[in-house]
Amino acid sequence: MAVNVLFFASLRERLGKQQASVDSDVPISIMEVWERSGGGLILPDNVLVSINHVYATTDTLVQPGDEVAFFPPVTGG
Amino acid sequence: MQDEQLLRYSRQILLPQIDVDGQIKLNGASVLILGVGGLGSPVSMYLASSGIGKLVLSDPDMVDLTNLQRQIVHDTPKVGMPKVESAGETLLRLNPEITVTMIPTKLDEATLLEQMQQVNVVVDCTDNLDSRLLINRVAVAARKPLVSAAAIRWEGQISVFQPWLGENPCYHCFYGKAGGIAQTCSENGVVAPLLGILGSMQALETIKLIVGSGETLTGRVMLFDGQAMEWMGFKLPRDPACPVCGGIVRERNPSA
Repeated sequence: MAVNVLFFASLRERLGKQQASVDSDVPISIMEVWERSGGGLILPDNVLVSINHVYATTDTLVQPGDEVAFFPPVTGG
Repeated sequence: MQDEQLLRYSRQILLPQIDVDGQIKLNGASVLILGVGGLGSPVSMYLASSGIGKLVLSDPDMVDLTNLQRQIVHDTPKVGMPKVESAGETLLRLNPEITVTMIPTKLDEATLLEQMQQVNVVVDCTDNLDSRLLINRVAVAARKPLVSAAAIRWEGQISVFQPWLGENPCYHCFYGKAGGIAQTCSENGVVAPLLGILGSMQALETIKLIVGSGETLTGRVMLFDGQAMEWMGFKLPRDPACPVCGGIVRERNPSA
């Protein structure tokens, strides 16, 4: 099964893609989802994550079939 | 309420969710707006025109030429004037029936608490993470609803924090662990109407909180991507280990 990966807002420009798919039959870490979806070797600590539309910490395990969305923090005003 | 007031607010009094009772609540309410820049402009203007009885504005900055592209509460002759004074003038022209209190300084923790205790709703329109974390900490202590939004480049986020209602989160549950965020509009840029979109939503959530109608963004976050013209929403669970709201007394049967 696949993990469906979405990139939101300025992350799309940074990575040059809107979405990706990561094949896995076992639970995998967010770090691995990030790396295997083309994010890079290390998940920056200023990238935030939700899994199946629920905000998640980066130590949460991702199940096959989950939807993972990566998005940038915003603090301006 | 006098005839002229009924007329001024007639288009929102028509709404069954507001009605005369809701308008009386709005006229009797007070809101603390922290920052009168990009977000604070539409927030303060819509809350003033809607008849929120008392607005308290806090901002230590002066109006700069580079602000005018998006900070629509200020106009060209106001360059060099304290932002709270400039905004106060605009707001009282929009609606002379309200009261505007102007605080031209950055509030420390004690003063912030004192100010929050005197209002119904706190609106975070500041431009940096440190201020946002401080404002959240004090709003949780004062148990005041915090309507929080942020915007930069083409993207924005908005939520409402009332952690004492059931199992809801605070801003620290969301951003407490995020690091390396130093974003300024002067480095990243920001498109003007983005502030109108996010700020108008903050004003709308504030009105709903005061009138007591509808579903607010308590416990959820909306993200906006202005390039793709897409919204994404997600639930924000509370962090049981949160140093700010982890140990507070919670109302078990929240109505909102």
